[in-house]
Amino acid sequence: MDMNDLRGIATVLCMVAFLSVVFWAYSSKRKKDFEEASMLPFSEKPETPSELEDTE
Amino acid sequence: MTSAYNHPEYNYKVVRQFAVMTVVWGVIGMLVGVIIAGQLAWPALNFDTPWFSFGRLRPLHTNAVIFAFGGSALFASSLFIVQRTCQTRLFSDSLAAVVFWGWQAVIVCAVVTLPLGITSSKEYAELEWPIDILLTVVWVLYGILFFGTLARRKTKHIYVANWFFSAYIIAVGILHIINSLAIPVSLTKSYSIYAGTVDAMVQWWYGHNAVGFFLTAGFLGMMYYFVPKQAERPVYSYRLSVVHFWSLIAIYVWAGPHHLHYTSLPDWVQSLGMVMSLMLLAPSWGGMINGIMTLSGAWDKLRTDPILKFLVVSLSFYGMSTFEGPMMAIKSVNAMSHYTDWTIGHVHSGALGWVAMVSIGTMYHLVPIVFGRKQGKMYSLKLIDIHFWMATIGTVMYIVSMWVNGLMQGLMWRAVNDDGTLTYSFVESVEASFPGYVVRFLGGAIFMIGMLVMAYNVWKTATTDPESSEGAA
Repeated sequence: MDMNDLRGIATVLCMVAFLSVVFWAYSSKRKKDFEEASMLPFSEKPETPSELEDTE
Repeated sequence: MTSAYNHPEYNYKVVRQFAVMTVVWGVIGMLVGVIIAGQLAWPALNFDTPWFSFGRLRPLHTNAVIFAFGGSALFASSLFIVQRTCQTRLFSDSLAAVVFWGWQAVIVCAVVTLPLGITSSKEYAELEWPIDILLTVVWVLYGILFFGTLARRKTKHIYVANWFFSAYIIAVGILHIINSLAIPVSLTKSYSIYAGTVDAMVQWWYGHNAVGFFLTAGFLGMMYYFVPKQAERPVYSYRLSVVHFWSLIAIYVWAGPHHLHYTSLPDWVQSLGMVMSLMLLAPSWGGMINGIMTLSGAWDKLRTDPILKFLVVSLSFYGMSTFEGPMMAIKSVNAMSHYTDWTIGHVHSGALGWVAMVSIGTMYHLVPIVFGRKQGKMYSLKLIDIHFWMATIGTVMYIVSMWVNGLMQGLMWRAVNDDGTLTYSFVESVEASFPGYVVRFLGGAIFMIGMLVMAYNVWKTATTDPESSEGAA
C-alpha cells in the first residue's frame, strides 16, 4: 500500500462523512426536532419592558 | 436614564457592556484604519515618528477592528443569544464580569504595546507572550461561561446559532494557543517555537482560521439568530443550516496554504489548500442562501426596515467575498493577485461588507432590548437608514478602488519587454496606485463617519427616557 491508496481512502471517508451528515439532516425522523429547534428564537420569554407588562 | 435596566431573568448587563464597547472600538479601530489609509496616500502623515508610522499603526488597526470591535460584537451577541435560546440566565454573573474586563484589558495592552513596536511579528497574532497568556485565560473563562450556560439550558434543543458559537470558541482557543507557542527571552520579546516553512504554515493555518472561525463562524451564529428575528420568521431551512455547519467547519481548517502559493511550502500542500478553498464555496453559499431566503415572503420589509437592510446586504457581501476568495486561491489567479491591493480589497469586502454590517445590524436590534427601551426600538430609525447608506457607499468605494489598484499592480509587475526586462519599475506601480489610495481613504472615512452616526444613535437610545422615545421614529 502506498501513499496514493491512503489518499484514495481519505477522500472516500470524507465523502462518506459528508453524505452521512446530509442523510441524517434530511431524514424524516429528524424533521420534527428540527422544526421545533428552528422556532427557538420565537418561543422565548418577553423581550422588551412593554411585552413584560403585557404578560403580567 | 435607565441604563441600569435589568431583565428579571437574564444577565443583560454584560451584553450591554460589550454592545457599548463594540461601538467605541468600532469608531477607534476604523479611525486608525482611515489614518493608515491616509499615510499610504500621503506618506508625510507618518510624521517621521516611529510610533505613529504605518508599520506600527497597521497591526493596531487590525487588532482593534478584529478583536476589539468584532470581538466585542461576538461576546455581546453570543452571550445574548445563548441566554435567550436556552431560556436560562448565564450561569455566573461574576464570571461574565471577569470576561468583560479581561477582554478590555487585553485590548488596552494591545493599544499600548503595538505602537511601541512590541510585537511577535506574526500577522493578526502580534501580541507578545504575556498578553497572549492573559488572552488565553480570558478565552477559557469565556468558554466556561458559554458552555456552562448551554449545559443549564431549559430547552430540549441547542439552537443552530449556538453550534456556530461553540465551534468558534473551541477553534479560536486551539488556534491561538498553538500559533502563539514561543520561547520568551525577555518580558517583551519571544521567539516562535516553529522555524522556517513550518512557522509560515502554522501562522497561516492560524491566520486563515481566524477568518474562518472568528470572522465567519461566530458571525454566522449572529446571522442565524438575528436575521430570523428581524424578519420575524424562522430560518429558511434548518436542515440546510446543519449541513452548512458541519461542512463549513470541516473544510475551513485546510484552506490556510493558499496564503503561501509559490513559496517554499511543498507544492502538494499548496494544491491541497487551493482545492479545499474552492470547496469552501459550497458551504459558504449554502449559508448565504439560507440567510437570504429566510426573507422569502417578507421581502417588502426591506423597503421599510433599515436594520434588515444591514443584515441582508451583509449577506450579499458575504456571498461576494466567499466567491472571490476561492477564485483568488486558484494558483494561477493568485500568481497575479498575491501581494497586490486586490487582497486588501477582498479582505475589506468581507470585513466591512460582511462582518461590520452584520454586527451593526445586530447591535441596532440588540441595543434597545438590553437597554430596556419600552418598544425595543432605537432612538432614530432615520439615522439607521443614513448609516446604512454611508456604510454601503463607503464599502463599495473601498473595494472598487482596491480592485482597480490590485489588477493594475498585478499587470504592471508581470509586464515584460521583448528582451525579457521588466517594463515597469516597482515605484512606477506605487505612483500609479495614488488615485486608488485616495478613493480608498474617502470610502473608509465615510464608513467611519457612519459609525459616529451610530454612536450618537446608541447614546440617545441609552439616555432617552423610554416613555418619550415612543414617539420618535
